[in-house]
Amino acid sequence: MRYTLRVWRQRGPEESGGLVDYDVDGISPDMSFLEMLDVLNERLVLDGEEPVAFDHDCREGICGMCGLMIDGVAHGPERATTTCQLHMRHFDPAEPIVVEPWRAAPFPVVRDLMVDRSALDRIVEAGGYISAPAGAAPDAHAVPIPKADADAAFTAAACIGCGACVAACPNGSPMLFTAAKATHLGLLPQGQPERLSRAEDMLTAQDDLGFGGCTQTGECTLVCPKGIPLETIATLNHDVLTAALRGR
Amino acid sequence: MSCSDYTNYSEGEPIADTRAPDGPLETRWERRRFAARLVNPANRRKLTVIVVGTGLAGGSAAATLGELGYNVLSFCYQDSPRRAHSIAAQGGINAAKNYAGDGDSVHRLFHDTVKGGDFRSRESNVHRLAQVSTQIIDQCVAQGVPFAREYGGLLDTRSFGGAQVSRTFYARGQTGQQLLLGAYQALSRQIHAGTVRMHPRTEMLDLVVDDGRARGVVVRDLVSGEVSTHLADAVVLATGGYGNVFHLSTNAKGCNTTAIWRAHKKGALFANPCYTQIHPTCIPVSGEHQSKLTLMSESLRNDGRVWVPERAGDPRAPRDIPEQERDYYLERLYPGFGNLVPRDIASRAAKTVCDAGRGVGPGGLGVYLDFAEAIERLGRDTVSARYGNLFEMYQRITDEDPYEVPMRIYPAVHYTMGGLWVDYDLRSTIPGLFVIGEANFSDHGANRLGASALMQGLADGYFVLPAVIGDYLADGPFGPVPPTAVEDAEDEVRQGIAALLAVDGDRTAESFHRELGRLMWELCGMERSEEGLRKALEQIPQLRGEFWRRVKVTGAGGQLNQELEKAGRVADFLELAELMCLDALHRTESCGGHFRVESQTAEGDARRDDDAFSYVAAWEHTGGAPVLHREHLEFTAVRPSVRSYK
Repeated sequence: MRYTLRVWRQRGPEESGGLVDYDVDGISPDMSFLEMLDVLNERLVLDGEEPVAFDHDCREGICGMCGLMIDGVAHGPERATTTCQLHMRHFDPAEPIVVEPWRAAPFPVVRDLMVDRSALDRIVEAGGYISAPAGAAPDAHAVPIPKADADAAFTAAACIGCGACVAACPNGSPMLFTAAKATHLGLLPQGQPERLSRAEDMLTAQDDLGFGGCTQTGECTLVCPKGIPLETIATLNHDVLTAALRGR
Repeated sequence: MSCSDYTNYSEGEPIADTRAPDGPLETRWERRRFAARLVNPANRRKLTVIVVGTGLAGGSAAATLGELGYNVLSFCYQDSPRRAHSIAAQGGINAAKNYAGDGDSVHRLFHDTVKGGDFRSRESNVHRLAQVSTQIIDQCVAQGVPFAREYGGLLDTRSFGGAQVSRTFYARGQTGQQLLLGAYQALSRQIHAGTVRMHPRTEMLDLVVDDGRARGVVVRDLVSGEVSTHLADAVVLATGGYGNVFHLSTNAKGCNTTAIWRAHKKGALFANPCYTQIHPTCIPVSGEHQSKLTLMSESLRNDGRVWVPERAGDPRAPRDIPEQERDYYLERLYPGFGNLVPRDIASRAAKTVCDAGRGVGPGGLGVYLDFAEAIERLGRDTVSARYGNLFEMYQRITDEDPYEVPMRIYPAVHYTMGGLWVDYDLRSTIPGLFVIGEANFSDHGANRLGASALMQGLADGYFVLPAVIGDYLADGPFGPVPPTAVEDAEDEVRQGIAALLAVDGDRTAESFHRELGRLMWELCGMERSEEGLRKALEQIPQLRGEFWRRVKVTGAGGQLNQELEKAGRVADFLELAELMCLDALHRTESCGGHFRVESQTAEGDARRDDDAFSYVAAWEHTGGAPVLHREHLEFTAVRPSVRSYK
């Protein structure tokens, strides 16, 4: 099959970019979207052109490194799917495919389709952990955790940090990302001592980094490859409010 | 670029681990920890440690060294330390907790691991690993890792290949992800505290050795292209395995051998490079475009049944083949362990039935992994709770629904047991260079048991390295490194980059990688023969020569350049591949993942030769023919026997 791509090309963060049209031939329906870009890139290299830069690594939907805006949708048209797990069988060769990077002020474009998402790391560094130095832990069975709580914590913990939520949000808010971490740790007994400070510190960091605020539009959860539920945001808000009421 | 003579090698002095104490195995670790010198807390911040790689081993090591107060510099090539490939481990992590009350113990885990490794690992290291395993689970739970739990709130476990007890802790099919996020969060806490300085999107390209000690790394900033040097009192490599030498593997695209290979070229011995693990349950290749292979967790073999049609070339759909015309060959051949035989055995059995023309799917390179019986026995909901995410992943890739039709699976390269040689303190043969996790060779012998990679990575990072690195650092700080040593190392790296750009040929790095991978899979994969390996040793240098004549790398060095990154990694694979084949050729026995066709039993099982090969093969780089140093393996607690899983 043959596809027409409109790919965002931009040499660096300070330079302006634009969409460039490419035709790619020899695409099979079993190829992943990134394998289709591999085909394009090998051809570009042989033609002496610089290939399209994009982030990717595990190619099995778990590392969170890949992420493209495909026809205006983060990670493309399939629900609960990362870009690397999206296959060409879902695309109509008659329609051009528009491929762009994540767009949000705190995610500057590095080159072409690559963006700098290190702001997400800063949010976690601000408090997205349980302080438990190695060697100090009690026996793992010391505190039983109800299965329902453990399962709910897991659902939130499944976030892969890809940043699709930010890219999809009209406000450029990472609230789903932050809330997933706050909920994962806040639902577990081990996470209680730092629960309120964690929520507050991460939220403050998120604001300081220039992300937008959350207005509960819900676009984030729709594009989330791991289906992190919107309720996590309510949990985070609850913790932040409780912290405020307690006059922390 | 070097032109080595790898059809030959010479014998060097034997090598030995001098750091493990003598005496009872059970107390060695305790005695070593006590004997290891400590560094007082006020002095630790004056000591700098570089940790390269942020997977389970590197992430946990950097975090823990930071907690101890050392000044840590951490590096990874990904855009965030959270993305290292440990994240993709699915099934679980072993620990001798005996929470299932089914007869597990530290000794049993030790025993299973030595046996699973086909008696090619070092007893003292493996015993320590089994001992430390229980602490890992405690540590991870304290960090908030959401392991699967029973309704009573206690931790759930399951069985994995090569074990008859249920000792594998898991977090759905995303155990590696959850453990890595635990380590990443601990690391983030230290970054925030200022004890760890993180350098993402940075690739190590060489080791700085001065006055016989590892003193730093030369790195390339993958965004700006700038080459620079970071100095330290010790360097820890936690850069993972080299399975991508096969091009197609379950590794992430970026996984590479560059860090350990360049350390090898600077003097670190490389041990057992031919020990490769081929994982039995991966999604088969679908076409030429394939860029990587996706693993389906071994845990699926708890409930899935492996079979092929009785008759070669049976064209019927799987559901149309009646029960009596199916061959559940693992259950038939290995009734004791059934579908849960170790990986090397399951992989080779799959190859054998496919070679006999009974394989299924495109090209006949696949076997069925069938859940029909499990769905009937347990109900769809239970099966979905256990494996739902894996089923979804399978369906997304193949467009087939495993609830309705059996999965098709085929073996794929997954893990490399070989790596840089280390002693009991995880020191390589270069003083000050420590190697942890998959990057070293130490614990898995010739075959790794499922759910043991996560265990080893975290054991090394959270508990072993932090307990023994002080013994080395107690002699530091080691003073300034002369600027000439730094300049020399940087010049070498810059010349290497310039050489890649200068070729300006007509083939992509990817095309060479693909060709190397096909060659290695065919000649140094699941089955190896003298004839095949000799052929490989002829072809690899030719391919390498062609690479340096014809590779095309666009762009420049001083910019973000993914083609340049790839070309550098392929260049190193092209050198490593030769050492792997030489090692495989010299080891004329079969053991674990290394199967020499000349050395098999009448039933086609691997035949070890303990008299001739009960040693670790540690190779020294010379630029010419490599030198073999043997570390003799002593077994005092487990008697080497023929591995039987019948």
